Amino acid sequence: MESRRLGWAGLMTALLAPFVIATPYAMNVMTSAVIFVMLAVGLNIVVGYCGLLDLGFAAFLAVGAYTGGVLATELKVPLLATVPVVIVVTVVAGVVIGGPTLRLRSDYLAIVTLGFGEIIRIVASNLDMTGGPSGIYGIPGLFGDTLSDPVVFYYTAVLIVSVAVLFAARLGRSRIGRAWRFVREDEDAAEASGIHTYRVKLAAYVAGAVWGGLAGVLFAGQLSAISPASFTFLQSALVLMAVVLGGMGSTPGVVVGAVVISLLPELLRGLADYRYFVFGVLLIVVMLLRPQGLWPHRSREPGYTAARSTPGAPGAPAKEEE
Amino acid sequence: MAQLIWNGLFVGSFYALVALGYSMVYGIIKLLNFAHGDLYMLGAFSGFAMLGALGGFVPSTSLLSLFVVLVMTMLATGLGGVALERVAYRPLRGAPRLSLLITAVGASFALEYGVRIVAGPNPRVYPVRLDGTAVEVLGAKITVQQLVLMVIAAGLMVALNALVTRSRQGRAMRAIALDPKACLLMGVNVDAVISRTFFIGSALAGAAGVMSGAYYGKIDFLMGFIIGLKAFTAAVIGGIGNMKGTMLGGLVLGLLESFGTDWLGGQWRDVFAFGFLILFLTVRPTGLLGERVTERV
Repeated sequence: MESRRLGWAGLMTALLAPFVIATPYAMNVMTSAVIFVMLAVGLNIVVGYCGLLDLGFAAFLAVGAYTGGVLATELKVPLLATVPVVIVVTVVAGVVIGGPTLRLRSDYLAIVTLGFGEIIRIVASNLDMTGGPSGIYGIPGLFGDTLSDPVVFYYTAVLIVSVAVLFAARLGRSRIGRAWRFVREDEDAAEASGIHTYRVKLAAYVAGAVWGGLAGVLFAGQLSAISPASFTFLQSALVLMAVVLGGMGSTPGVVVGAVVISLLPELLRGLADYRYFVFGVLLIVVMLLRPQGLWPHRSREPGYTAARSTPGAPGAPAKEEE
Repeated sequence: MAQLIWNGLFVGSFYALVALGYSMVYGIIKLLNFAHGDLYMLGAFSGFAMLGALGGFVPSTSLLSLFVVLVMTMLATGLGGVALERVAYRPLRGAPRLSLLITAVGASFALEYGVRIVAGPNPRVYPVRLDGTAVEVLGAKITVQQLVLMVIAAGLMVALNALVTRSRQGRAMRAIALDPKACLLMGVNVDAVISRTFFIGSALAGAAGVMSGAYYGKIDFLMGFIIGLKAFTAAVIGGIGNMKGTMLGGLVLGLLESFGTDWLGGQWRDVFAFGFLILFLTVRPTGLLGERVTERV
């Protein structure tokens, strides 16, 4: 399995990186990149697997970060202890927003998610509980105040994110993952062949929300302070950019895309003013020249399923077109 | 009360003007032109630049010179919209909807930050400020300038409506909206008509940009984002693709916001608008005047 070897290679690179360069600045950048990978993989479930354009993904990052942050500062518990609550809250948020809107077609959904992202941001900057425009600060680290070494945090993040990436990739190859891809390719045909498209789409949306929420917890832990300014449309667009650039639906592609998107601005510090302009142009160019992304998903499924199922068995999954 | 209604109608007419471009483009090629709000921003900035250039010749910029600038800006943003369609959208005709939408997001970014590079990140103050004495009508304070702006907006909308319903050009647009392939077979130059649709829609957005710049006095490079969202909301409320519905939706949204601001306070205004959009879509996805779309398999 080529992709498995690639995954190990990526993990080893991530684990060995602090031995090469471990200045606080570099650790900070690398941790951000790892968290960004988590976000991109989460959005990839929604956009890449299922074809639902979500333009307000930062909302789930915010929900996760704020839930974790508020609980951790109010109850003085380490961030990791808030994870179960965060998962529950993000699932609820995913159902609340996805429930009514997923019956809509792609472009309506895009704008509604965008509106949702704005709603979350404005609510966060207007409520007392979330600290208003100045946000929450003094959030204890992942294990409480005792272990706040950036290297430890980095390794924890790498560990959590690699599990999340692996899980997302396996989810994509599972039964529901096939249903997601089918819905992406042709929703009507999927509906006609007995897939409950609404439920399947909601599952993708909620899964993406959970990934985003967990990334939010890491985010809050890394910065120890969060404010509404971190969850703008720009953030959502950057995550989308990572997914598109890497190749929608392809896990290795999206991971590479996320690393590139989060490291590029640091490498191009001199271009600061042109950065987002270049991003915009790049989005257009990638779509025009390589609509499938830099590292597209190649379906190996027909052969894969054929090897497992008895030849000519009825009810074999429909062939997927790439 | 009368003041709230008046404010709502005034803001609503801006929303309607921007929303029309959205609605037309959506109606004809089913593309959400994400960069539409940024064309509004582009209009505000090119109006700013032209007024600055004019200020060298004419010492006191009057309503008349503003009108000239308005027309020139409409031309400029219209051409901008056509260029955008040509570069970013036309090559992807027939591609999946998702890639088109992503291109539109990219175009929006390129426009916003392109203007940022040219004009700088700080807000600019418009050289003309329309802010006059108020007349009281039925308990609402109405300025002459507000009335003038509303008349211009209404005039543009009436002209557009006539164009779409009466002219040959409008007939071609409506025909393409129904079935582009059949139009191609019947000898309609589909590309040209789509270009013109972009021109008209972008010109209207540019006009709204100049007008709001002159009225509110301050412009910045991110001003198009929120109004693009609002315009889309307006278009959806009224029924996207439907001209009269879109105008109605703009006014309804303006009124809703005006009353929402009064009840909940200004900081909740946008939450109110988007919350209403979500609620509305679940109840009536095709809008107030939109007809039911039957999906063909």
